[in-house]
Amino acid sequence: MFAGMSDRSWLWLAAECYLAGLLLGTYTLVRGGRQAGGWINLIITAGYIFQLVGLGLRGHAVGGCPLGNTFEIFQFTAWSAITLYLVVGVTFRLSLLGFFTASLAAALTLVSLSIPAWDATRRAHIFGGNGWIELHAALALFSYGVFALLALTSAMYLLRNYSLKSKNLGGWFTFLPSIYDLDHISVRLLITGVAIMTAALSVGATYWLRDPERVNPVKIVVTVAIWAAYSAALAMRLHGLLLAKRFSWFLVGLFAAALISLWPVDNSRHPKEPNPAVQAPR
Amino acid sequence: MSGDHLFVLGATHHTAPLAVRERLSLPAESAEALRTELAGLPGLREFTMVSTCNRIEFYGVASAPTVAAEVQRAFCERQHFTAAEFEQFRLSLTGPGAVQHLLEVTAGLDSQMLGETEILGQVKEAYGEAQARGHTGAVLNRVFQKAFQSAKHVRSNTAITEGQVSIANVAVELAGNIFGSLAQTRILLVGAGDIGEKTAKAFQSRGAAALSVASRRLERAMELANQLGAFAVPFWLMPVKLADFDVVACATSAPDVVVTLSAVQAAMRRRPARPLFLIDLALPRDIDPAVADLENVFLYNLDDLAKIAEQNRAAREAEIGKCRALIVERATALWRQVEPRLSGGNAANAFPQVKAES
Repeated sequence: MFAGMSDRSWLWLAAECYLAGLLLGTYTLVRGGRQAGGWINLIITAGYIFQLVGLGLRGHAVGGCPLGNTFEIFQFTAWSAITLYLVVGVTFRLSLLGFFTASLAAALTLVSLSIPAWDATRRAHIFGGNGWIELHAALALFSYGVFALLALTSAMYLLRNYSLKSKNLGGWFTFLPSIYDLDHISVRLLITGVAIMTAALSVGATYWLRDPERVNPVKIVVTVAIWAAYSAALAMRLHGLLLAKRFSWFLVGLFAAALISLWPVDNSRHPKEPNPAVQAPR
Repeated sequence: MSGDHLFVLGATHHTAPLAVRERLSLPAESAEALRTELAGLPGLREFTMVSTCNRIEFYGVASAPTVAAEVQRAFCERQHFTAAEFEQFRLSLTGPGAVQHLLEVTAGLDSQMLGETEILGQVKEAYGEAQARGHTGAVLNRVFQKAFQSAKHVRSNTAITEGQVSIANVAVELAGNIFGSLAQTRILLVGAGDIGEKTAKAFQSRGAAALSVASRRLERAMELANQLGAFAVPFWLMPVKLADFDVVACATSAPDVVVTLSAVQAAMRRRPARPLFLIDLALPRDIDPAVADLENVFLYNLDDLAKIAEQNRAAREAEIGKCRALIVERATALWRQVEPRLSGGNAANAFPQVKAES
């Protein structure tokens, strides 16, 4: 049944699974019942496997980590967020996190699949056979996945804070985790994200120092700015200068900025790409 | 009609006012004596006695309908009721009605505090005692065990137990929404009155271990602290110590505010990242309402808690129809299983040991 399916078909299947998770979660919330956590996790896991196969096929076709266009970057970010969720969600058993993660993954994957222009050109061997650059790119994108999950826990914190402050605790607010647990997990995710992004930039910096001409300054400035903003948020949180609601708003806003920054980062690579673009099969 | 009869006989909070329920309540020794007497009652093949502060109920399997009247006589004699007096508030059901009643009781549907779960434990205990003494047989064993399964089913498939309906438990639930587990949460009780004590006990029942008590009268604080296994804090030290606690429950009779805005601001400067949950159970209020605007501070007063309890109660009431539908379905199925056993009269050898003694 699955033999001969294209990478995009697998990625469509994955997106449909994430959408099913979103719909199931919404349905149970609207009905006011308990979250079908087990079912949502099962659906997310199925989506994760389909996406892994799709990205694997794409990676095989392009001869490396599939990070060659906006479509692939969105897909990889969603996949990273789900990877983290499958670790964090199971470990910390945060109620509703599965629903929020499925919603984010559905949004990222469906949007990327619905805009053909984002996948119009597939660029093969974009890392020029250099494993270190590939590692740099994969780690950087993985840190975006961590920050995606962090944005979700921050949004959940804001909702829980609102429910407690406004004394509106009924309905689906009942199923939100405690404010203390959400803050705790957000700090841990922030530390993880900053550590991974630091590692990604360190690997990238080694390459850039050796051959500064090959890297677009826009990409460096934007990426370093995002890393600096997350690092500053972590430092201020640990020193008690950025807390609670402001901390969460900052992280939600920063992820939106990080997502938007992918555009200039991706575009900045095109003029200096070593490999000619190949037309994507439709 | 031949065969055995399943019945329930008793009185509950629905019909008997508090003054009557006080007279209905059976001290342990009387309960034991009554059990022995009932075990010797001719024709009573099986029985279980459920006695709580809100109900006294006898579930029985009898060889004839008149046996239930004998149970009533034995109980009334012991508790000094006339038959006419008891019958004013008597609950008496037979056959499928008795089965459905038990299923409603175990699901908390018949409780004064709708959906409470303590009743299930009480019925289990009553059944356990009856079973240990050999007072139950094939019919009651089946009926009670299925009733426990049904209670679990109703709880899992409806929202009848969702949300707390008492002030103290609402406060504890809110603390859970803020801190998650209460095991590591430090709680300060300001005021050593009845409401404060109930709240402290509710926190302890949910695993809160680090509890302290502050009161204007240190000796009263120490007394309550000893009773609760807590620490006593001198009242004058309370504003300074505020930062050391995660939950502060105030229930004093002081005419003025005892937890000021400046004291909470100072506390939050020392613990900015950790939330502070303030519960004001006093009238007039003990905590300055302005603290509610502080970041990471959550203030709930008596009205807030009462409103949440009321909302939860209304939400539970909205589930009654759904619960009853599930129960009717299960009660009907259970009655179909039990009825042939009654017709066959196969409970004839129930509690033979006790009967032999009598």
